[in-house]
Amino acid sequence: MNLLNSNFVRAAAVVVGVAASATIAHAGQISGAGATFPYPIYAKWAQAYQAKTGMGLNYQSIGSGGGIKQIQAKTVTFGASDKPLKSDVLDKYGLAQFPMIMGGIVPIVNVEGIKPGELVIDGETLANIFLGKISKWNDPEIAAINPGVNLPSKSIAVVHRSDGSGTTFNFTNYLNKVSSSWKSTVGSDTSVQWPVGIGAKGNEGVANMVKQTGDSIGYVEYAYAKQNALSYTKMKNKEGHVVAPTSDAFQAAAANADWAHAPGYRLILTDQPGAGSWPITAASFILMYKKPVDDKASSEALKFFEWAYHNGGDAAASLDYIPMPMSVVKMVEDTWQKDIKDSHGKALAFR
Amino acid sequence: MSGAEENTFPTGPATPDDGTAGPRSWIGKAFSSVSLSAAIIVMLSLGGVMYTLSIGAAPALKEFGLGFLTAEVWNPVTSQFGAAAPIAGTLETALIAMLIGVPISVGIAIFLTELCPEKLRHGFAITIELLAGIPSIIYGIWGLFVLAPYMQRHIQPFLIDRFGDIPIIGNLFQGPPYGIGILTAGLILGVMVLPFITTVTRDVFLTVPSLQRESAYALGATTTEVIWNVVIPYSKVGMLGAIMLGLGRALGETMAVTFVIGNAHRISASILAPGTTISASIANEFTEATTPIYTSSLFALGLILFVITFIVLSVAQYMLHRIKKAEG
Repeated sequence: MNLLNSNFVRAAAVVVGVAASATIAHAGQISGAGATFPYPIYAKWAQAYQAKTGMGLNYQSIGSGGGIKQIQAKTVTFGASDKPLKSDVLDKYGLAQFPMIMGGIVPIVNVEGIKPGELVIDGETLANIFLGKISKWNDPEIAAINPGVNLPSKSIAVVHRSDGSGTTFNFTNYLNKVSSSWKSTVGSDTSVQWPVGIGAKGNEGVANMVKQTGDSIGYVEYAYAKQNALSYTKMKNKEGHVVAPTSDAFQAAAANADWAHAPGYRLILTDQPGAGSWPITAASFILMYKKPVDDKASSEALKFFEWAYHNGGDAAASLDYIPMPMSVVKMVEDTWQKDIKDSHGKALAFR
Repeated sequence: MSGAEENTFPTGPATPDDGTAGPRSWIGKAFSSVSLSAAIIVMLSLGGVMYTLSIGAAPALKEFGLGFLTAEVWNPVTSQFGAAAPIAGTLETALIAMLIGVPISVGIAIFLTELCPEKLRHGFAITIELLAGIPSIIYGIWGLFVLAPYMQRHIQPFLIDRFGDIPIIGNLFQGPPYGIGILTAGLILGVMVLPFITTVTRDVFLTVPSLQRESAYALGATTTEVIWNVVIPYSKVGMLGAIMLGLGRALGETMAVTFVIGNAHRISASILAPGTTISASIANEFTEATTPIYTSSLFALGLILFVITFIVLSVAQYMLHRIKKAEG
């Protein structure tokens, strides 16, 4: 089974056409693959880092599942995933996992007569829309949390991701937490069996589909909503407060996260407590081998992450991502020291 | 799919030289072995594809059995997979593409060979062939940004208003006008198969001996009569080959379809509803299929597409055989 599996993984690498297998540790190149959610910030960091050190980053944003597959197939120095792996999976493959960056996922809508940020939605309602239980915009359940808003009597066009994605994982994870019927009928993963709606590829695909389709609703990473000037909704959070998607709200959700007590940093930031917390906040993770295939390449990758933690905050803020707090960075650095060893059993250099 | 090409021309090559016909130069021998190995390479790669797909598909087929073909479920969370929705979508979109593409292609071919002024003929032919050169991603983007909004605003509301209430047929035209969906995908495929069917059909029409045409005209036949009673009957076999080439393209086309079909693993009565095809599902989900059974199910989809294409080509061969036999 294992042999078969690794054959699949190799086949996948070919099919995707990322040619990632050819990119192991080229001189002056760090190679990684995975999540699309943090791609804009990784690209920005890579540019600045190369200008400073001459070391480039080759990051293939092929999706979280792809990142997990590529690192398991040992074709890249690091994998990136928005879906944190469980401890037993990490142990099975000898992987170390740590959070790199955080951000927000926002519902986006395109309804005639509704101004940006005018609509308020709560978890239960959002789940019922994506379940198809609520099919009209003027449904009493939507009207009840939007007094005074003129809701049209139009069918709701639901837009979701067609490819598997960490954004979908975090979005469905949130719906799982707030709706028991979502949990029992659909569940949560990087791709799910959507009861209704149309699928679009990538964050860009969903953003464009919502933009084009009247009376639609979808969900994207915040930067995509902002760049496309899409009309997002406010949300009612766990404590019943209505919050707008802002850096402050994402940060509030992240502030309450208890990283110290999460094995393998496996922490999902949806539906966090706190009056100002944005309910669908997510972290993006890096996966690396505890015993790297190529010590030098892994050491270079750690140096890049170290640099990004300490110098990448402004760039992250400019794209509305939330940098990891220094307390967490300290913990992660300890983990590196403790867990990631070269072939002589010595901790890899990252400073 | 490429196998259809050999059916393209009504007059096949002469009986192959089996090497016993007499003394031959070394060039002849070398040429014969080069072409033989080319043919063997095709067989080998086809066998390799079949083998890889079967190995990959085995776990899924073992797990779900024949039920894989009929189950509509596609649930990565519970690891339950079935191929019914992508199979239905593949066949539906290909059928729509053929209904649109074949009459138009044959019409263009007739115009080009029988009616078009000599001066314009070349320009028209090149224009049609250029359509084949456009990458499918461009068709996809065009479909998403130009065709889909137009469908949503004009065509689909019209279809829903006009036909939605008719019993039985009305079921085909129901639901909200998303713009994208089975019909839009079929339309794009219809445009994409045009150059393939047109070019081959035109070439076949050109092989009709002018003696036959002129004889018909001499007997007092009108242009229409010549086309219907001489050109088309003479070209039947080749036209079938052209259609199969187009059908092969329609069944396997991935990128353009992925953009406009809606990518939903559901079977709907309505052709306005979102659906998915086999190739679109594979393209969309392969990178993210994290569990072995998920990956294997996608391989199984690939195997099914392979088998569908094989069946289509076999039926085509059988029909060719029948036609040839009927003609003596």
